[in-house]
Amino acid sequence: MIEKDGVAPLEMVMKEFPDDKEVLINPKAIIECYKEIPCNPCETSCPFDAIHVGEDINARPKIDFDKCTGCGICVYNCPGLAISVRQLQGDKAILKIPYEFVPRPEKGSLVNVVNRNGDVITEGSVKRVQEGKNQKQTCLLHVEIHRDFIYDAITIEVPRGS
Amino acid sequence: MKNKEAVIIGAGPAGLKAAKQLLEAGAHVTIIDRNKKLGGQLVKQTHKFFGSEKQYASFRGIDILEILVQGLKPFEDRLEILNETSVVGLYKDKVVACVKHDNFFKIKAKSIIMATGASEKHLPFENNDLPGIYAAGAVQTLMNEYGVKPGDKVLMVGSGNIGLIVSYQLLQAGVDVVALVEAAPQISGYLVHASKIKRLGVDILMQTSIKRAIGKDQVEQVEIWELDEVWQGIPGTERVLGVDTVCISVGLAPLTELLMQIGADVEYIRELGGNVPRIDFRYETSIKGVYACGDVVGIEEASSAMVEGAMAGIHAAHDLGYTVEDESRKLKVLQEELKFLRSGPHAAKVRAGYTKLEVKT
Repeated sequence: MIEKDGVAPLEMVMKEFPDDKEVLINPKAIIECYKEIPCNPCETSCPFDAIHVGEDINARPKIDFDKCTGCGICVYNCPGLAISVRQLQGDKAILKIPYEFVPRPEKGSLVNVVNRNGDVITEGSVKRVQEGKNQKQTCLLHVEIHRDFIYDAITIEVPRGS
Repeated sequence: MKNKEAVIIGAGPAGLKAAKQLLEAGAHVTIIDRNKKLGGQLVKQTHKFFGSEKQYASFRGIDILEILVQGLKPFEDRLEILNETSVVGLYKDKVVACVKHDNFFKIKAKSIIMATGASEKHLPFENNDLPGIYAAGAVQTLMNEYGVKPGDKVLMVGSGNIGLIVSYQLLQAGVDVVALVEAAPQISGYLVHASKIKRLGVDILMQTSIKRAIGKDQVEQVEIWELDEVWQGIPGTERVLGVDTVCISVGLAPLTELLMQIGADVEYIRELGGNVPRIDFRYETSIKGVYACGDVVGIEEASSAMVEGAMAGIHAAHDLGYTVEDESRKLKVLQEELKFLRSGPHAAKVRAGYTKLEVKT
């Protein structure tokens, strides 16, 4: 239960995805902001006017998948690291996730991909490490995984207690 | 004794915003802060802020600090900064007693803005004075300001935003956060912060608290246990975790002592964190010419503190006889910002607190 452990159950997660999975042939931002908090940088940073929060900044963001290009700018700007970009490519899926650890994983390296509970669910391959222009310290990791994990994958494992 | 015009005590987000408004209006401003670097807690806040663009949302606290300090630069000729200076006394005739590097001196102010912030609360448990037990904010200072790793394995106590954020920052520093325990049945901070640490493998345990710390010269282990509905430990549920550091993040208390000394009316409002001054809608305390803003009037986020600071600064400038350009519109816009910052479910406690305070004023 998300209020007790921070883990959004899959049915909750699925509601944030486009109803038609085929929409994800193009990259789309998936916003996992499940509780009202006073915050709107996703809306103000989007160059395509695809995210709506509105005057009351406590409202949960709503995304228009027709307008979203999956550019990833909102991913850099979300203070809660609650947005990722997901795309299906054949039997693969590409995740663009916010990453704030150093050293950055190297391009081409294999990484352990985890679910929202922190369990390693699959291996992914780092396709690109994209440093932000305005958002220093947060980078966008492009990680390729098998398409089966497009809903479950959330980030990569980081070393503990190094 | 030197005469000063507007004296701001505390150079955190509230104090710096108040300073900007006073300087813009034409006042001479003296900022007093006990730390070397201005910014209060912003100096260690490496995370991105929430809020709207007006409160610099998605900028990191450390970067907001630079923006706030740069904003004072055009007014340097009217700005005096007394850093590494502690205010040790405050009197009704607006005499401020200060100590800087063991030198005692007094200044007399025309108006005073109290932006003293808050201090961290502690928790009673066996051996809670062992080395290795810190307030979470202290660990954040060690790590983010001084670059000192506090330990290798941490138990975080408390699931408010500070506990959640500091846990994430510990992970960033390469420290293992073994578990985060919370006495309440639900996470009290933002869920997005909780999700961030949970997916990186931190155990989040509700209705659980620390029973005792174990160790000879420092923390070597902790015993945690589950709590029942009335927050009592349940015998038989004890578990021992191997940690060398315990971070206590169980809330903040407003630093109201100086306001009590000056004789301002102070009320105990649980929802606001403890003793807070009675202020009117102009942020003026019961003592004319003494204003208060930021965490000292009630524990909230830094975004709210900035808005309150700006409002207190505008009112103080007005009362000193300065013309604040566009005053009523500026205040209206700030009011509106604050309304939205306080309108979500997370601000329910704060709203209840201010309702109580108003009822009594």
